[in-house]
This record gives sequence, structure tokens and C-alpha cells, in this order.
Amino acid sequence: MSEAAGSERGLFAAFRRARGDFSLELDLELPARGTTVLFGPSGAGKTTLLRCLAGLERPRVARIGLGDTVFQDDARALFVPTHRRPLGYVFQDDALFPHLNVRENVAFGMRRIRPPMRRVAWEPTIELLGLGPLLDRRTTELSGGERKRVGLGRALLTSPELLLLDEPLSGLDRPARRLVLDYLRQVRDRWEIPMIYVSHALDELLRLADHLVLLDAGRVVDAGPVLDVTARAASFPGLEGEHGALLLASLVQHDPEAGLSRLEFSGSALWVPQVARSLGSLVRVWVRASDVSICLEAPGRSSALNVLPARIVKVEAAGPYQALVEAEVGAAPGRLFRALITKKSVVDLDLRPQQQVFLQLETVALLTDG
Amino acid sequence: MTLELAGVTTALLLLLGTPLAWWLARTQSRFRSVVSAIVALPLVLPPTVLGFYLLLFWGPRGLGGQLSRALHLRPLPFSFAGLVVASLICSLPFVVQPLASAIRALGRGPLEAAATLRLGSIQSFVWVALPLLRSSFLTAGLLGFAHTVGEFGVVLMLGGNIPGQTRVLSIALFEHVEALDYTAAHALALGLVLFSFVTLLGWGRLHERSRGI
Repeated sequence: MSEAAGSERGLFAAFRRARGDFSLELDLELPARGTTVLFGPSGAGKTTLLRCLAGLERPRVARIGLGDTVFQDDARALFVPTHRRPLGYVFQDDALFPHLNVRENVAFGMRRIRPPMRRVAWEPTIELLGLGPLLDRRTTELSGGERKRVGLGRALLTSPELLLLDEPLSGLDRPARRLVLDYLRQVRDRWEIPMIYVSHALDELLRLADHLVLLDAGRVVDAGPVLDVTARAASFPGLEGEHGALLLASLVQHDPEAGLSRLEFSGSALWVPQVARSLGSLVRVWVRASDVSICLEAPGRSSALNVLPARIVKVEAAGPYQALVEAEVGAAPGRLFRALITKKSVVDLDLRPQQQVFLQLETVALLTDG
Repeated sequence: MTLELAGVTTALLLLLGTPLAWWLARTQSRFRSVVSAIVALPLVLPPTVLGFYLLLFWGPRGLGGQLSRALHLRPLPFSFAGLVVASLICSLPFVVQPLASAIRALGRGPLEAAATLRLGSIQSFVWVALPLLRSSFLTAGLLGFAHTVGEFGVVLMLGGNIPGQTRVLSIALFEHVEALDYTAAHALALGLVLFSFVTLLGWGRLHERSRGI
């Protein structure tokens, strides 16, 4: 019942929390579907927000809830303790129980859920997360990535209506990150449990986010669908030097001989290194501003694979010597690309808004196969 | 007699000491340091001071004595119950302090995890805190037990020395020495030394094992 309502109304949180000289003040509405990434530098208040949602911390005056279920409403003196909220929580430090083995850890929360309420079943969880061979081990014998999977499985098996993840990839090396990220995607696709995902790493944001909340110093900088927010925000809090454009494109053609695939978006197209996906699938692409250069005329013969006609929207300073140029590609409303070039080039080429130019792309980062 | 006293005292110590230690480890209250100091007092005060005040308090003119008379209870001084109360107060810091530091070291993490896994606070305590604090409880219990056996001053003041009722080992030893009966004194003293040694040895072993895991 609350499930259906949840998908309509989503998650809401409005509160002020002051502790020492740090204050967190926000008023958020988040969809109860897909993955919402809470992004910001450390100290932005991401984890505090997550803890308040879970009831691990109690802001003095707040309205927090999911769908029709209100967790905290101080106008009605209502506070639902953590253990009565239908949420799963994956802790940054895993918080596995050292006195229990893996099987007991994973089953810990599930035992509290009455069998008819168990939407997430034991076998598929163990299988999907590859926990079978680990079940009889002690938690101290696990690697970092294995610990994350145990923590994820433990939270999942409470059949939560919302999964809260606090930097689940922190402290993992690159192969382990990939593996856990892949497990997270499978979990998302298999059970369609909405996730709130705290992160300060750009690649996680770009790969996972359907919805994005940018947090800085306890305030919401921007929030909305990931494509909208990344188009609006020239950079991300805590990553001021990183500029780029996120595209969602559909795979329309493979060229195995050249080792390339063709992606289409907004009536325009890109060649990228071959994508191991079937035709028609949607692919996420991140085009870094430093990989984009600007030409006034279409270059004749060039080694660049992609030359896209574009219309300049905005030129702004980015540091003492560089400028960030925003240009629209494709049929209106086109997708926004960003190019990081020198201020000298802006003057030399006399770049200004509304000008028609060509963008030359050196490389693009494919995110779907990461 | 001595063992019975130490056993009852230890059980009560753990029962009362656990919530107290929990509160000391977690509270933000400004009374924390005051309560903490009061609990630690028996560590530094000569036990006879405590015994003296307890005797006054529970004596026929004291507040406690009048209260227990009003409730038709047996007077505490020079009875087994009196010894238990006295030992409780003396041994309290030996139980509360290791427990409080263990609870502080445990942190909030495991209990928060338990809460997100739908366990209420009592269930969390039973299924998470108790097993994780097991070795600390054993330590605290052992220390409380051993210290109760070795206590002398308070016991003498409040318990008197009634054979079969309030005569405990440490006081019996004192008596033997007074009477220059060194053979009996030796037997008791050696017994106490051995007992303490074995207790401490067991404690050390326990620690090594729990760290080895």
C-alpha cells in the first residue's frame, strides 16, 4: 500500500540541523524511484542528511517521510525510531557484526521481517551478490569488496522500501569498485528498490544517478534529474576544476572493423569506441571539457573522430587564463557541451554567444561499460 | 561465607553496574563527571571511612536505620545484607569503569546497524551489545568478585565479626594474627594469595583469547 503511494509522492525532508558551527538546512522532495545521488565535498552534510532520513540522528524540527508514511513531524510530535522505518542502510564502514559469521550477518535483519513481507528473497540475493562461497566465513576474513556485498545483502534482505547507501565504494581499489558498482546496478534493476546514494566521486555520480542533489556547506545547491542538473551546473561542489557534459545517447550502429559504435542524441551523433551493448540500448557518455576544442570552420581532414556543429550559448572565465565555453549541439533543445580553452583563443577566434562553431572531440568517456 | 558474599555481590554489581556504566559512557549530561567521581570514590578513600559513614547511616539513629525500622526490615549493620550493601559500594568502580570504557569503545556503530536492521533497543542490547561486550562483562565480574573477597575495612566496620554470619576470610585472617596463631593465618593468607593469583591469571588468559580472535 505504502509502496504505491511512495512512487507517487516520493521522499520528503525539510529540516534545520545545527551542530557547532555546522548547520544543515534543506527542503527536499526526491522521487521514490531510481537512484538519487547526494553529491558534495566532505563536510557538505550528505551523511548527516542520510542519518536524519534513517532516524539515526534527530533534527530538532523536521518533516521527513516517504510517500504516505511520515517518519518525523515535529508539528505533530511524531518521531518513528529507526527500527520501525522500512529502510535499508549500507554504512560507509560496513558495520558488520564481528561476533557473527557472514551467514548470520546477512540473515540478521531478514529474521525480523515476517515471511509474507519478504519481497527480497534469500536465494536470489545470495546468488546475485555472489555471497554463497562466503557464507561460512568470519567477517574478519573478508576483503573490502566482500564486506560491502555482505552489508548490501544484509540491508536488502529487510525488503526495504528505500535503500540508503553511504559512500559504498569508499576505501575500495579500482577493480573492487567496478565489481560493487556492477552489483549495485543489478540490485537496482532486479528489485527496483529506490536508492539514495551518498558520494563525492564524479564517476559514481555520472554512472549511477538518475536524480541528483548537489550539496555544499549544508545547503542544497541544485537538485533535479541528472541530465538537467549537469547541464545547469558548470561544475560540481568540491570538484571545481572538472567540467564536462553528460549525454544520454542511443546506440544505433556497430562498426566492428573500425572498432567503433555510433550513438545518436538530439538529432546529432557521435562515434565512440565499440560498446558491448545491443543496438537500441541507451548509453551514458561523459565528454570532458578539456577534450573538446573549438573550430570556426569545419576542419578538413582531421584525426578527430567527431566534429559536431554547435551554437555557442555562453562564454565565461574559468581561472586566470582559461575560459569555459558552453555550446548547444543538435536540434533544439540540443544537448549542452562544454569546452575548456584558453582566454587567448577566445580573443583570437572572437568567440561570443549565438556564434556557429564546430566542436572537435578528442575522446569521450563511456560510462555504461565502466 | 566469603564466596557466598562475593557471589551475591558480583551478581548485583553486574545488574546495577551495567545501566550505570551505559549511562556514564553515553550521556551528554553535565552530571556525568560528578556521578563518575562519586562512583570512583571507593578507589581512593580508605575503606574505613566508607564503613564509618555507612554505619552511621544505617545505625539506629541514621536515616537508613530509621527507614528500615519503619519498614520493619532487619537492621543492616552486622548482618549478611549489610555486608552485601557495603561490598557493593566498595566494588562498584571495579565493575563500572571497565564496563563504561568497553561500551565507549564499542561505539554507536553496531547498535545503529542493528536499528537499521529493525531491532529495537532491548533486542539490540541482547543480540548485539551483550555478545560484543561478553569479555568485558567477564572481566568486570571477576574484578568485582576478587575485590569483594579481598575487602577488609568496610566489612569490619559494618559487618562486625560474627562467626558464621559476618566473619569473612580477610577478617578471620586479621583475628588469627592478633591471636598470634600464625599457622591458621598462613593457611588463610596463602589461600587468598592463591585465589587472587588464579583469578588474575584467568582474566589474563581470557583477554589474550578474546584478542586472538
